[in-house]
Amino acid sequence: MRGLALPRPGYAAVSRWFLGLGLAALLLADLHVTSLDPYADLMRLLGGLVRPDVLAVEGTSILYTVAFAVLGVGLGAGAGFLLAIPFARSRTVRIACAFLRAVHELFWALLLMQVFGLSATTGILAIALPYAGICAKVYAEIIEEADLAALRALPPGTGAVSAFAYARLPEVAEALRAYTLYRFECGMRSTLVLGFIGLPTMGFYLESAFRQGRYGEAGALLLAFYALIGTRRLWVRARTLPLLALGAVLALPATVGTTAIGANLARFLGHDIVPAPVRGASLLVPESWAALWAWLRPILWTQILPGAAQTLVLAQVALVATALGALVLFPLTARHFAGPLARPFGRLLLVTLRSTPEYMLAYVALQLLGPSMLPAILALSIHNAGIVGYLLGRHADALRYRPDAPRGLDLYAYETVPRLYGQFLAYLLYRWEIILRESAIFGILGVATLGFYVDAAIAELRLDVAAVLILATALLAIAVDTLSRALRRSLRIADLPVRLSAAPPATPAA
Amino acid sequence: MRRRIRGLAGASILLGTLLGLSGPQGAAAQGAKPFVFTGIPDQDESRLVERFGKVATYLEGKLGVPVRYIPVKNYPAAVTAFTNGQVQLAWFGGFTGVQARKAVPGSQAIAQGAEDAAFKTYLIANAATGLAKGADFPKDADLPKSADLPKGIAGKTFTFGSRASTSGRLMPEYFIRQAYPGKTPEQVFERVGFSGDHSRTIQLVQSGAFAVGAVDYSVWDLDTKAGKVDPKAVSVIWESPTFPDYQWTVRGDVDAAYGAGFTERLKAALVGITDPAILEPFGRTKFIPVTNAAYAPLIEVGQSTGLLD
Repeated sequence: MRGLALPRPGYAAVSRWFLGLGLAALLLADLHVTSLDPYADLMRLLGGLVRPDVLAVEGTSILYTVAFAVLGVGLGAGAGFLLAIPFARSRTVRIACAFLRAVHELFWALLLMQVFGLSATTGILAIALPYAGICAKVYAEIIEEADLAALRALPPGTGAVSAFAYARLPEVAEALRAYTLYRFECGMRSTLVLGFIGLPTMGFYLESAFRQGRYGEAGALLLAFYALIGTRRLWVRARTLPLLALGAVLALPATVGTTAIGANLARFLGHDIVPAPVRGASLLVPESWAALWAWLRPILWTQILPGAAQTLVLAQVALVATALGALVLFPLTARHFAGPLARPFGRLLLVTLRSTPEYMLAYVALQLLGPSMLPAILALSIHNAGIVGYLLGRHADALRYRPDAPRGLDLYAYETVPRLYGQFLAYLLYRWEIILRESAIFGILGVATLGFYVDAAIAELRLDVAAVLILATALLAIAVDTLSRALRRSLRIADLPVRLSAAPPATPAA
Repeated sequence: MRRRIRGLAGASILLGTLLGLSGPQGAAAQGAKPFVFTGIPDQDESRLVERFGKVATYLEGKLGVPVRYIPVKNYPAAVTAFTNGQVQLAWFGGFTGVQARKAVPGSQAIAQGAEDAAFKTYLIANAATGLAKGADFPKDADLPKSADLPKGIAGKTFTFGSRASTSGRLMPEYFIRQAYPGKTPEQVFERVGFSGDHSRTIQLVQSGAFAVGAVDYSVWDLDTKAGKVDPKAVSVIWESPTFPDYQWTVRGDVDAAYGAGFTERLKAALVGITDPAILEPFGRTKFIPVTNAAYAPLIEVGQSTGLLD
């Protein structure tokens, strides 16, 4: 950013840019409601939550959801930890990790399924690969930020391994633990969503229940999922970890049928994802490149560009809607705004919103409202506003006010929001990339974002086209991530916490 | 704290080792190799579970090997399971069958429903559109030269079934392109959707979410019989010319895996199904032998609509 001759933007300028972009995107967005009576369906859905059909729940799906999440996150976090060590020094590792995490776990699953079939391996790797990329980055940041005092006190001649284990690890272990636990919660959501494309997790039965309108069963599954997430601090602990890992391995579903992994992998890498015109052709002759360009050009013009445009339109609208939603929601959990009676309910609401996977929200909203951008915007902003609102509420509680501080709306508008605004922008800029990745994925559900074209390519068995589209999606996510980091640095909010695991304590330090 | 980290690292190594074991090799090692099949999820899942559960029991009795059914969530997932060898047999639609046999050389279409030789698409419309059944339906037994679609559907909202469906996508798209030369469905209709399956298409048109839809006639009949169709809200406005559709397709390597003559025994078992309890959930009267050649017209249609290379 230093190279640019632009003046350094302030909070207000950045907010105006995003608001302007969001409004412009809203004009372009297709907000058509095609369903004639969404209200009646919504009432039936809520009825299912009130009267859950507990007996209809497939118990093994809960077991598999936990098992896939434990193993997927465990493997991803383990690999991420190893990758975090060379992360700061190696550009290759950083690029590889950026790519791993820029591809959504559902896209990973669709690709892995070609080789490993509908199996535990597909489910676990689909979580482990992107999570390795994200864990590597965050662990590396945590290690980088840690205090070096202990390291300096070591006697000369201490080995690198000992130095790391005794002087560095103790400093960062708590942060690593908190982050990994948070990742596990995300992993549970991701695993549930994998069921929507056929893996035997809770999402498999949720999809069927929603599709066929068995809302009692859907309600019971959702409540079971909230209970799992709500109690995770009780059963995911350092001491239960080996037990969980072993139990997860034993609980894995046996793969029905066998796939020849070696042959599949060779076919997938050597044929399926190789662009059709250059399969078996030599890359040394110019004709191959001409054929490749002739193949790529229509994909670029009719799929990648319109898909990327729609993905950005959805992401920008959802980001602004998230921002507004978070500003409205956070007072519900903040001590100075919600009364002692209302606050627990506010907190429960926000934790529920944040625990609900956005893909599932989008699926349900699309069923209720029909295939336009509106349900996708609702799903993204409800979920993310829940997350950001919850975190802002905790920051609001950590603020110290003067004894004669105003109350109510005056306090909110003239003191709390201005004091939290940098933090608020930091969270939103951080969520921007995540919202973009989800926007692309929602295409699978029928919104014309990049995922829509990926879904079409897979339906037409054109995996080469699907691979190019997924690559384009990853590059878009990486571009947004880079822009977001540059903006955070330019706004001098790069050092503020942006991760759930790094949120401040609920009560102010004495 | 150190113990915790060590535990974490140890656990991930353990996982790495066991991940290999939990894969297919583990399953292959135990006793007789199960014969696995799937089917495209073209309608309400409860009906799929019923029909394929019965087929699994029946085939197990006839073939003397354990037979398992794997449910999948969408059409391409069924094709993927067939290409990567997870299933050896699949109940495909016309087009998914063509895709699968193209991807797996040596695989064969062995049996189709008696109704599948001359299958039909229905166009259905919501009552509020005012569209009604036209008088002159083309009755050509072959693929039509020109499709005489009802006037008045242009400019309406329109839903296909799954993207890879024969009666819910490929053929209706072909007829639409014939009736409106030079135009794609997206240019003919105000909005085009993909419902995912035929039961859902009926629900969407019935609820008015889409004005017009293309649906598999056998699923329409099954859902009508099951009382899921409200004749006051949705009705058939057009019946397509006929085309070949659903079939059982088997991989070419099953004889090597399950013994010589297995394909023939499988074919005989499928054709020999007489139990109405099995046939009824399929909406078929019986299964008859078929060959790959019967689906050649669909390859042409697939290429002309750009869905197939």
